[in-house]
Amino acid sequence: MMACHFLRALFRIQQTSTSSSSSGRSRRIRRAAYASMAYSAGTRRAWSRALLRKLRSRARLRFPRRLSRAATPQRRDMDQAQVLRKLVPGGPSMDDCKLLEETADYIRCLTTQVRLMQTVMDSISS
Amino acid sequence: MSSRRSRISEEEINELISKLQSLLPETRRRGAGRASSAKLLQETCNYIRSLRREVDDLSDRLSALMETMDNNSAEAEIVRSLLRS
Repeated sequence: MMACHFLRALFRIQQTSTSSSSSGRSRRIRRAAYASMAYSAGTRRAWSRALLRKLRSRARLRFPRRLSRAATPQRRDMDQAQVLRKLVPGGPSMDDCKLLEETADYIRCLTTQVRLMQTVMDSISS
Repeated sequence: MSSRRSRISEEEINELISKLQSLLPETRRRGAGRASSAKLLQETCNYIRSLRREVDDLSDRLSALMETMDNNSAEAEIVRSLLRS
């Protein structure tokens, strides 16, 4: 389950980061967040498979930055679909139908992860 | 891309679009309207970006919190969270 994986990762991070910089720890936590999301969906979803591939390649987790308003045409459906494809892991290889399905699942997973992190925050700081 | 789209029915796309719409938070949904799928996609993109920002933000805050805790209390809190979830 997502919670177990994330909490165990947090525990490991707490144990192993002593003098490491705060931003290094923050990056590890962020990576753990995306890892626990990917593991919870497993290989069932295209977005999680793509995310797992990215994590396993040990590449740094980079996400596309927000395009400037000038660069983003906001009128036609297809253009917005292209923007969405860049935001969902594995997006570029999905057709429109698949993209919408995967996006819905990805959003559900992201919101669950955010809620989990908020819960952990609340219980640690109380 | 457009040739693949013709194999998928309009109905299926609409169904998926409304499913997506139901996932967006209320405040973002109000402006979208059923007619404008472009607007909905835009709201979806914005929502994903804001969720990612939240993950980043919470990671920073968790990191700062963990820094101020000694190992014993950190373990205790994390284990307690585990048991509660």
